[in-house]
Amino acid sequence: MIAAKLTKGPARAHKAAMRGRLMDRARLVVLLGAIPLAGCITLEAPDQPIVIELNINITQEVIYRLADDANNAIDENADIF
Amino acid sequence: MIIDSKYRKVLGTAATALLLAGLATPVLAQRDPAYAAAREAGQVGERVNGYLGIVGNATPELQRVVDDINNQRRQVYTQRAQAEGATLEQYALTAGCLAIARTTPGEKYQAPDGTWQTRTAAAPVRDPRCP
Repeated sequence: MIAAKLTKGPARAHKAAMRGRLMDRARLVVLLGAIPLAGCITLEAPDQPIVIELNINITQEVIYRLADDANNAIDENADIF
Repeated sequence: MIIDSKYRKVLGTAATALLLAGLATPVLAQRDPAYAAAREAGQVGERVNGYLGIVGNATPELQRVVDDINNQRRQVYTQRAQAEGATLEQYALTAGCLAIARTTPGEKYQAPDGTWQTRTAAAPVRDPRCP
């Protein structure tokens, strides 16, 4: 004869309210979860205005290469410099 | 009569050479009086990016003068940058370095932090990459 077997053990219809050890564990989890918050990085706005340097990708090498020609350009267009 | 014609030829050649030299030499034009006055008064200054900027309050007249010069500068920068195989921004920044270096005491220029400075006898505060 095949007997019907429960896959999960019998349980109470209503769970008991958290008490004793179970309650302590729940508190501990809340406390542990709060610890990383204390380690947060705080960002402060700088006193000086933020200057976005748009020409940051222009290298000194390029400027030095162009300097001679740019000097001539200024000399030849003295009215607009 | 032969000498005369030779002279004429020599004189003609000399005249042509002078004319060509005159045409080839760029006319070193002066600044527009309105621009020169604004520059002297510190109403306009040299910006880091190679263009003119208005230092104080902008009036429509001042804005027109500055825009006109900046448009002409952009044209020069664009042409020469292309000839040098550089970008407009690279060329303009280089010209800005030099234009700031050429300011005379009393004139305004922009420091790397964006503030307007008055040029003194000392060297101007420029981008560390400036030649």
